[in-house]
Amino acid sequence: MADVLLRVDGLFKHFGGVIATDHVHWSVPEGEMHALIGPNGAGKTTLIHQLSGALRADGGRILFAGRDITRSSLHQRVHLGVARSYQITSIFRGATVVHNLALAVLARSGSSLRFWRPLARETALFEEARRLARQAGLGGREYVVAGRLAHGEQRQLEVGLALATRARLLLLDEPMAGLGPEESQRMVALIAALKGSITLLLVEHDMDAVFRLADRISVLDSGRIIATGTPEAIRNDAEVKRAYLGEDGIA
Amino acid sequence: MRNRLAIGVLLLLIAFPLAAKHWDQLFYVSFASRILIYALAASSLNLILGYGGMVSFGHAAFLGTGAYTVAILMDEGVSSAWVSWPLAFFVSALFALVIGAVSLRTRGVYFIMITLAFAQMAYYLFISLRAYGGEDGLNLATRSRVGFGLDLASDLTFYYVVLALAAACLYLMQRLLNARFGQVVQAIRDNETRMEAIGFPTYRYKLICFALAGGAAGLAGALLANQNGFVSPNLLQWTQSGTLMIMVILGGVGYLYGGVLGAVVFLVLEEALSAYTVHWQLGLGLALLAIVLYARQGLAGLLADAVAGRR
Repeated sequence: MADVLLRVDGLFKHFGGVIATDHVHWSVPEGEMHALIGPNGAGKTTLIHQLSGALRADGGRILFAGRDITRSSLHQRVHLGVARSYQITSIFRGATVVHNLALAVLARSGSSLRFWRPLARETALFEEARRLARQAGLGGREYVVAGRLAHGEQRQLEVGLALATRARLLLLDEPMAGLGPEESQRMVALIAALKGSITLLLVEHDMDAVFRLADRISVLDSGRIIATGTPEAIRNDAEVKRAYLGEDGIA
Repeated sequence: MRNRLAIGVLLLLIAFPLAAKHWDQLFYVSFASRILIYALAASSLNLILGYGGMVSFGHAAFLGTGAYTVAILMDEGVSSAWVSWPLAFFVSALFALVIGAVSLRTRGVYFIMITLAFAQMAYYLFISLRAYGGEDGLNLATRSRVGFGLDLASDLTFYYVVLALAAACLYLMQRLLNARFGQVVQAIRDNETRMEAIGFPTYRYKLICFALAGGAAGLAGALLANQNGFVSPNLLQWTQSGTLMIMVILGGVGYLYGGVLGAVVFLVLEEALSAYTVHWQLGLGLALLAIVLYARQGLAGLLADAVAGRR
């Protein structure tokens, strides 16, 4: 088995009396495509927020590549190799696709405390941004203003921005949210193409996509991981069926 | 296109005093210096307000700090502009760094209020500085000395020095805004969370931007102290911060020349209307209302639209 890339030890988070993350122990090996599923309100997004650094945990530890990142901020974690996409599209709507991606490239291209040379002249940056646009399935749409893209394309850019950080671990929070069947197909293809080159943690409601893409699946219920296993094992897990998939099972 | 326009305006501004001299209206040269100084101050506010998305209501604190730096140094016998003007920049920038470090931990209305509170604290600090005039303010014995045979006591010479500095600062601002730093700051304004999420320490960039704007306002303050030959705590009062903010909104938030246009319109309106009535602020208020209601992008926005529409 590959080395563990992400390890979570007794992670705990509450909002007032509501326990959102209930002493989670969990790990994801390097190179795996891991899906996190669970009913609404199970605490999936809260968990992603803590892993990415958008929210501070109230207790427990997060280890990334053996390093304790529990106290690191969002931007520090990106430089360590953890990046995320958002459930609600968060892009630079007034800028072109290439400009969006160039900003992400810029973030890992040395100091941006530079005050003289126009950014537009840093051609290497934009070259890489164009390559990333193609990787995100946005070839031919590079110079469209992001706010004018179709919803599906905006979702692709959302994932593209996370990808552009060159993180070792990508946290994708419901990348298929609000996508039509055709758009979903494209997103699945985009994510499938990443398989093996990067460790991926996918939070998703689209069960078809999850069972097609994931190497392993974890099920979160009321802030606790109640099962982890291969898609086959999860499909047949009695507790999972009860908690989440309903008595009838799925598929 | 924009650069050609800027160079044209610059040439006009260079020629302006000659015309004023020809028609014996040298008063207007001094008035033009005042406008240019406020143009610089308002532009520095536009850098954080328009480009950085930081609505600071305490910008007068930096203007006043710069002015007092020059006045106090002169009071202590240091009158060289080469010493006191850069110091005005650095002292104000440092002050902005401290205020920003605290204020930038808040957002929205809280940011507006905390910058206002800091500025008021500075205002009362200078009132209590009895050694330097306290509430009555402090006179400058002369204008700062620049050497090279130039005497700033001449309004004409002073005008050209102010023009050179203001033009240089605006050019630097344009470079900065198009360079990495400015692009990052503007992206933070548009979507700070995403900038964090792709790896930018956004707080640091905003703080540096805030300090640079404070420094530029301090430099404007240094010029203003020279222009007036006098400094007083009134320079730091919240109404001054309001004036600068009105200039930016009139001129165009987030437009390079927004601060300049705003300063011109504000001060010309003030000058023209106050000749007729002591209630000149009513007229100004109406103008501001019209802008906010019908031209949210300010005068620079209107101009940009007009130019784009003609093409």
